[in-house]
Amino acid sequence: MHDNEHTSHHEESFLRKYVFSLDHKTIGKQFLIYGLIMFFLGGGLALLFRWKLAYPEKPLPIIGVSQQYLDEGEVVTGADRMWERIYESDEEEWLELYMPAGVMTDAFYNMLFTMHATVMVFFVIVPILVGAFGNFLIPLMIGTRDMAFPILNMLSFWFAVLAAIIMMAGFFVPGGHAAAGWTGYTPLSADAQWTGVEWGQILWGLSLFVQGLSSLVGSINYITTVINMRAPGMTFFRLPLVIWSLFIVAVLLLLAFPVLSSAIVLLVFDRLAGTTFFTATAEGGGDPLLWQHLFWFFGHPEVYILILPGMGIASELIPVFSRKPIFGYRSMVYAMIAIAFLGWIVWGHHMFQSGMRPGLGSIFMTTTMLIAVPSAIKTFNWLGTMFRGSIRFTAPMLHGIAFVSMFVIGGLSGIYMANTPVDVYIHDTYFIVAHIHYVVFGGSLFAVFGGIIFWFPKMYGRYMNDVLSKIHFWLTFIAFNCTFFPMHILGVGGHRRRISNPLAEAVEVVTQEQTFADMNIFITMSAFTLGFAQLILVFNFFWSMYKGKTAEQNPWHVNTLEWEAPTPVPHGNFGQIPTVYRGPYEYSVPGEEADWTPQAQPEHAPATGGD
Amino acid sequence: MLRWLPENISTFGQGVDTLFSAIYYITLIVLILVMATLIIFLIKYRHQEGKKATYIEGSTTLEIIWTAATTVIVFVLAMFSYPQWNKIKSPNQFPENPDVVVQVSGKQFNWDMTYPGPDNEFGTDDDLDLENELHVPRNAVVHIRLTSQDVIHSFFVPQLRLKQDALPNRFINVWFEATKAGRYEIPCAELCGFGHSEMRGYLNVHEQTDYDAWVQERWPQEAEGGQ
Repeated sequence: MHDNEHTSHHEESFLRKYVFSLDHKTIGKQFLIYGLIMFFLGGGLALLFRWKLAYPEKPLPIIGVSQQYLDEGEVVTGADRMWERIYESDEEEWLELYMPAGVMTDAFYNMLFTMHATVMVFFVIVPILVGAFGNFLIPLMIGTRDMAFPILNMLSFWFAVLAAIIMMAGFFVPGGHAAAGWTGYTPLSADAQWTGVEWGQILWGLSLFVQGLSSLVGSINYITTVINMRAPGMTFFRLPLVIWSLFIVAVLLLLAFPVLSSAIVLLVFDRLAGTTFFTATAEGGGDPLLWQHLFWFFGHPEVYILILPGMGIASELIPVFSRKPIFGYRSMVYAMIAIAFLGWIVWGHHMFQSGMRPGLGSIFMTTTMLIAVPSAIKTFNWLGTMFRGSIRFTAPMLHGIAFVSMFVIGGLSGIYMANTPVDVYIHDTYFIVAHIHYVVFGGSLFAVFGGIIFWFPKMYGRYMNDVLSKIHFWLTFIAFNCTFFPMHILGVGGHRRRISNPLAEAVEVVTQEQTFADMNIFITMSAFTLGFAQLILVFNFFWSMYKGKTAEQNPWHVNTLEWEAPTPVPHGNFGQIPTVYRGPYEYSVPGEEADWTPQAQPEHAPATGGD
Repeated sequence: MLRWLPENISTFGQGVDTLFSAIYYITLIVLILVMATLIIFLIKYRHQEGKKATYIEGSTTLEIIWTAATTVIVFVLAMFSYPQWNKIKSPNQFPENPDVVVQVSGKQFNWDMTYPGPDNEFGTDDDLDLENELHVPRNAVVHIRLTSQDVIHSFFVPQLRLKQDALPNRFINVWFEATKAGRYEIPCAELCGFGHSEMRGYLNVHEQTDYDAWVQERWPQEAEGGQ
């Protein structure tokens, strides 16, 4: 009966257990905490430049000089004293270079939004969704003891740490950090003369290259594990949808990231060796559009890498808390496969106005708008799951519902940009900024929050505090919409993205005058609220780790295998590998007494569960 | 939402705005329907003591209905969009024999406008270079030869509903016909460096007589040439 002796009965050193761990659960938690730390960094960068967008010429609070100091040279605050000292010293201070007197320079502003997006995409969403949830959930939910390649798994995390260190170092090298946007369009990114950025751009590339290695070994691991190590009876069509999503995403990462890595190598050659792959000179050379094709050939699958696991998590939360099977399990799987497939043939929609041949624009418009079809299938299936259910408004469910509704807005706003004639106008305006944040924050991050609260009892053996979770949810939900919804309106008004001074913005000065400036201030205030609301989450997370209410083995009465494992989950996960008898969403089965029928429960035996 | 669109002053802009409103109303209706359904479900099917959820695995009929409906809407929308897109961007569909041809060249952080002069050829002595000021007559077909001297810029005139990236060492042609006289801004819409925010030129749309006077002022000897 007990075949776990070889897996759990030897003491491990501290380093092996907590630092260079080979256990998928520890690596998953490491990725989660890594992602949360980077989330604060990325969010902090956004708050810094949001200040600039609301008050382009006003010094930042706390570190900027006071008004009296500006007017009369009178030292009032500690910041004034600091700036006096900086001005008196002969050395070039970091702050003086980027934020003289606390007013951000345009060059630094460009670095900030570049790094905000880079950090959020590569160091927050992917590490949390794929690194944390992927590592923690895949072996547990398919019923195995660990990943196929534990050492690769450990390397995947430490590559990610190395990548983050390289990326952060970029802020402190001469010339500053990369300032060409997260998309790094050439020639702007290909030559220091256009931005003044020397090593920052190269470190940006190097860091993403290393992060690519991390994703690569991670995805090989996921794919192998899912294909080879499923528990007896766990057929592909009995896999929980979150595992399907992570599996599909691993395939996307495996195929997409090398394209970016190759492009980055060429870009670094352009910068260091003068190869001009991505710039056109009078003597010949390459083409700036080549970079855009390569970047978006990676970049569009990347966008689906960011959203698919979110869909997967929502597809776990909604059936559990509606106590109903997921509506149309197979069509949910096929819809995800369709999205992943279409993801490869839509990259040109980022390039409608780039000078790409207009005929290609029409083709990419068609493929892009087709994505509405699988997206609609998924949305209607989530609604169908709630139909005639018995909905529990727990904190994870609130996030699941928020995911669906925000994803609907983000999906619908995508149709505007997919439509080539409309895109002519709204391309590179705030409309696209609103769209991406509705998909990636409104979608992925709400799923992440919901997922954290949902699986926390399995991760740490305790519940997260319910009241704090709900306060965090409502504050985030409201502040999120106040921050990003008005950006649609700014975009329709012609407010360009990536500008540092909206007060000098073209269209609004002509037609809208004060309104857009007010709207920017409102957005900034909402963004600060949104940022501070996340402190509640972090406090709740770390506090609950030690002080939260102790959780039973299966507190939410879930069918999937991770809840069959004891809490806290030991090394090796299961005493005996469970056998799977049915699909993952058998809730409220007619004739059954309990409203849940675990995957591992043999036929005709009553549900016992873990209470 | 629609009222935030700046006034349209180009001949093809109305088509863009029509598509914009069509998509706006389609997405608005879908959004309202989905949200209303969601809210009704959340209220009606909330957990109540003694009430169990109904076991439903799905419905092939419904899946087929919403897949087909979405596909149809998407293709109809696409059908209406192709001609509009080609009208704006496909060089073989531009109106021929332009009244004015100008070369617009982006550089950090200005727009250089070059008029070919009466000989209609660029690179000759009678070219006129202007910084950030573009002059065109109203109700005339204007062809722009768009290029850049350094990084990628994007020629954006919101009121014309026109945007096109300018690439170094490449000439991309765009066209427009402005229907209302006035002065409009030409911001750069593609990140081009630390001066991106302030990079802007001006489009001056003149009445024909005013434009003729402007031309006469620049190239006086050619006033009688009848070009």
